[in-house]
Amino acid sequence: MYFLITLLGSMEIGEKMSEMRYEAPKTLDAAVALLAGANGRARILAGGTDVVIQMRSGRIEPELLVDLKGIPEMMAIAAENGGFRFGAAVSGLDLIEHKALANAWPGVIDSVNLIGSLQVRARASVGGNLCNASPAADSVPALIAAGARVSIVGPKGKRDAPVEEIPTGPGKTSLAKGEIVVSFLLPKRPAHSGDAYLRFTPRTEMDIAVVGAGVNLTLDGGGICREARVCLGAVADRALLVPEAAAALIGSKVDAPALDRMAAAASAACRPIDDKRGTREFRIKVAGVMARRAAELALTRARGN
Amino acid sequence: MAKNRVSATVNGDAVEFLCETQQTLLDVLRDELRLTGTKEGCGTGDCGACSVTVDGRLMCSCLMLGVEAQGKSIKTIEGMANGEALHPLQRKFLEHAALQCGVCTPGMLIAARSLLERNPDPTEQEVRYGLAGNLCRCTGYHKIVEAVLDAAREMRGA
Ligand code: FES
Ligand code: FES
Repeated sequence: MYFLITLLGSMEIGEKMSEMRYEAPKTLDAAVALLAGANGRARILAGGTDVVIQMRSGRIEPELLVDLKGIPEMMAIAAENGGFRFGAAVSGLDLIEHKALANAWPGVIDSVNLIGSLQVRARASVGGNLCNASPAADSVPALIAAGARVSIVGPKGKRDAPVEEIPTGPGKTSLAKGEIVVSFLLPKRPAHSGDAYLRFTPRTEMDIAVVGAGVNLTLDGGGICREARVCLGAVADRALLVPEAAAALIGSKVDAPALDRMAAAASAACRPIDDKRGTREFRIKVAGVMARRAAELALTRARGN
Repeated sequence: MAKNRVSATVNGDAVEFLCETQQTLLDVLRDELRLTGTKEGCGTGDCGACSVTVDGRLMCSCLMLGVEAQGKSIKTIEGMANGEALHPLQRKFLEHAALQCGVCTPGMLIAARSLLERNPDPTEQEVRYGLAGNLCRCTGYHKIVEAVLDAAREMRGA
């Protein structure tokens, strides 16, 4: 078999110009202190599926990398007030394999399942997906539709915020310097609730959403929709919560005319880019189609519980 | 100064290495530990040529830093055969001619082994989804899928 490989003696001196320090704090306080002391040249490392690539390509050149995966709050999944709290650095695969959470929020789990490959999901976290702030991030519309909130710590203490307030544009967030998204809270589900996330991509796997749509709704005992949230991805500079689309569902039986109105409202809210992956016109049209299909799936799921 | 000192287990053996923060696990495996079976295709998490398992989970070693391997158990293609005896997947890849240039092959084998550990009796579709993170520019995938299905049959004793 293999012999013990020890290369401790092979250190070369002074060959790299920029040293990048790696720290893996065990507590949130220590992480906040490290980030506060780094004068902005620090980056957070969770799953690393975006940060490692950005570092390697030279797009970012941090002096300090703070790995948050050793902090218990960042890695836990637990029931809370009838809902679920999960750490922002939990890998996609750990979320997918959490049976109770997956049963309660199948749409959120579907969105996580669409991120990258199995290899990528074993590392990529939902917190990273949010904070990387790609307008096409798959988990973000699903979480916004779900009404998820994030808990944040920073140099000024703790706060929490709805997920939709975090991304502000491509690669940009509303987080202040040194703030860390610690965890997500998925609220308690009323009976007859269902959620769904669907996206359009040219390929079935390993692709980036041209349009994504998350829908979360709750029916009353008579099958009337009482609550709904509709959120679109990849059709604006950030995930777009569309209250007009939700309003078209609320009070209806989620029947064909309501779905038509909802799809039209979804399309009307889009302000997409025009690129080789999808023209403006195409994205606007498909946003309505995806929102309709997601609402139909959410409806089926709501009727099943 | 400031290299990170890391202790980990690779293919069952304790290893220690020094690495710079920006070195990926792939860099460490290939350049520091001289385990060059694991390949770099893209370096951006898209091709799966660098697939290894870390604490039993399939990952892209190009997306993980060497320093993150501290305390972890890593398995690479070098640990797949048992001495001279090839793993059934390796044998079936040869029998079915499931490789041409061979750059994707170590990653395919590691991913296929991980798939069969979770699902010993996969359908063709499950094999294709299970290997969706592994790209091959040569074979057209058909022979790879056949080799995996055949190896699964043999490993189940069917
Ligand atoms: S080299 Fe790692 S995924 Fe391509
Ligand atoms: S055999 Fe050449 S890439 Fe697969």
